[in-house]
Amino acid sequence: MAGSGRGRRRGASPQSRAGMAFVAAYVLLLIAFGILPTGYAVYFAFTDAGGTFTGFTNFITTAQDFRFVDAVGHVTLYLVFWLVSLVLFVVGLALLLHRLASRTAGQALRFLYYIPGALAGAASVLVWLFMLDPTVSPVSSLLGLLGFDTFGEVIAPGNLALLFTVIAFWTGAGGWIVVMYGALNNIPKDVMEAAHIDGASAWQTAWHIQIPMLRKWIVYMVILAFAGGAQLFVEPQLLSLASVGVAGRDYSLNQLTYDFAFQMNNINGAAAVSVELLVVSVSAAALFVARSGFFDAD
Amino acid sequence: MTVTNPSVRQTRVLGKRRSALLAGCVVTVMLSAVACGGAGTGGAKTTKDGFAQVPQKEGALTVWVDSTRLAAAKQYQELHPDVKLDIVTYDGNANGSNYLQTKVQLFNRTGKGWPDVVFSSQNNEVTWAVDAGFAAPLNKGLIPEATLGQFAKGANDVCTVNGTLYCLRNDLSQAVLWYNAPLLKKFGYSVPTTWEEYGQLGKKVAKEHPGYLVGDAGDSFTPEIYLWASKCGANDITGAKSVSVNTTSENCTKMAELMDVLIKNKSMSISGVFSTDFAKNKADKVLLMPGPAWFGGAVFKDGLKTPAGQIAAAPMPQWKGDSSPSTGNVGGGTWLVSQHSAHLKAATDFLKWVTTDNAYQGEKAPGFPAYAPAAEAWLKGQAASGYFASDLSALASASSQVWPGWGSGQFSQEAIWAATVKPGLTEGRTIVSMLPAWQDAIVKHAKSNGYKVSE
Repeated sequence: MAGSGRGRRRGASPQSRAGMAFVAAYVLLLIAFGILPTGYAVYFAFTDAGGTFTGFTNFITTAQDFRFVDAVGHVTLYLVFWLVSLVLFVVGLALLLHRLASRTAGQALRFLYYIPGALAGAASVLVWLFMLDPTVSPVSSLLGLLGFDTFGEVIAPGNLALLFTVIAFWTGAGGWIVVMYGALNNIPKDVMEAAHIDGASAWQTAWHIQIPMLRKWIVYMVILAFAGGAQLFVEPQLLSLASVGVAGRDYSLNQLTYDFAFQMNNINGAAAVSVELLVVSVSAAALFVARSGFFDAD
Repeated sequence: MTVTNPSVRQTRVLGKRRSALLAGCVVTVMLSAVACGGAGTGGAKTTKDGFAQVPQKEGALTVWVDSTRLAAAKQYQELHPDVKLDIVTYDGNANGSNYLQTKVQLFNRTGKGWPDVVFSSQNNEVTWAVDAGFAAPLNKGLIPEATLGQFAKGANDVCTVNGTLYCLRNDLSQAVLWYNAPLLKKFGYSVPTTWEEYGQLGKKVAKEHPGYLVGDAGDSFTPEIYLWASKCGANDITGAKSVSVNTTSENCTKMAELMDVLIKNKSMSISGVFSTDFAKNKADKVLLMPGPAWFGGAVFKDGLKTPAGQIAAAPMPQWKGDSSPSTGNVGGGTWLVSQHSAHLKAATDFLKWVTTDNAYQGEKAPGFPAYAPAAEAWLKGQAASGYFASDLSALASASSQVWPGWGSGQFSQEAIWAATVKPGLTEGRTIVSMLPAWQDAIVKHAKSNGYKVSE
């Protein structure tokens, strides 16, 4: 073993060394800004303010907080809306885009899809605060048709999960459509031609060939969207400020974490909730990866 | 692939050195970060003026203000060119954003960064700032008793913890009954003096002049205007960490019932005075509007652009037969000095000037000054400005009528009302029907913040 290891090192090409250098830089940054802070958060989650080990006390205390179950419910509902809409619309729009024969129309649409992504998170939410206020919204007539005359009616608690989904979709989906479009372009032409010669309809081609071949990309998107969605924070926080509290400062788990840390001076409790979010996101990712054969070699 | 062996070795050695250097740098950065994290302000502290003071030194005085108080800090700088001032504008914690609290907790961890003097538009800052070791006691030597004695009665109650004063009130926000004098005259109505008359007038307005308003119940501070004035015991802070909550007493329900009638007949709006739809649709429809002292400038003059010579202030209506007049209060800012300040003399000079000097409080301040001599000058200035249709003596009398049974706890009453009652109002539910839910939410928030609750 040792001999073969030496042999591999001696034979390492400059390219692979360059690769290792890049990976090393990444690993260093990952350790400094990913793993160490995570370890610090885990340490906080299992200790009290004085640094004494407290077992699961922080987890139990925060789970018993009256806002915890509500926040879990809100985030779950949002995740369902967000993931379903993301998969359906992103895949659907990418397939549509791919079918468009006209090159110019395709390029124009790709550009259009990508534009919202150029607005950073908080800025895009601010744009939506205007869009959702019937008094100043450019689509106030549409809001009026839906029965909304005031901002208060639009941001009623029952509408929030849907609103956050719309905001998140508008901000983040465009980039994914472009990614899916690229993946569709990578499907070998002869496979598509074979389907065409066999007389497969557009729907059949999409369902039996394109979507199965996009599967890994879809799983990748779902994993990232799940992790991002579970950390919902900017949208409800800004909406809460804009609505002077109507939208609630404790809508999502991350907002609750923020509240624990900075409103109630309970950094350890906040860390406990953060660790829970991490465990859920990592478990979900592991499940998706295992079920989809994400890392299987083609 | 064609690289010769010596250069490979060289590159490898160089690579190893670079890696070692890089790793060394990373470790150094991490160690310095950890070292910084644990650092305190350093130096031996001296106990003076009731707290342990850090060694005093020369340097710029860091003052945090909101955009409204920026003018005050700038004016101080103009009048005191020899003082080195570092003015930082922040959101002033408007609407319970907790920016100051968040920052102070971070500064407490890093051991540096605290501002020397800070303005906050929230009255409950001392509830955390004392525990966090941020606010310096002011009545143990920093500010003379003679100065403190001239603040309006009860003005600094929100700054007092166990008899020690930790902040100075900037302005009072006692509620009065604002009204449009020419409009009221045109409609042939008189200013109501009791809540019963106020309710009757609301019904008349709904019938005779639909669209016009006798009040607004759409803001998060609505309970502080109406229910506080009605002596509703929703928020009686009885100790440092204890609160009494009773939202279903007669004092609460009779005001809630009165408001429900007016909301139903639309003479009371459920859009907040700062909402875009209020400014667009209701700005010229305000006949009466119970509200705090700062409504005169911030809402009518600047927000709704009501022309001069229309808005007047009357005393808040009282319930018939109630011999002790009471009113509510909406905010009123406070100034705090940091215990960690290395420029305490400059900090207290600034604090004294900004809260008491006529140059700012008497002449420029937008709100009713908490410092009584400045308030007198301010009232004269308002009368001379020609904007108001009456004198503002109602504000002066209301300043001592704020009902003391409603306190400033660590949890935000405004946030609770906004999240619990306001969505229900939008859905068309009555305030009376939501009083139990309001109670439940206050109790939960209070307990979650470590308060002992009696119901």
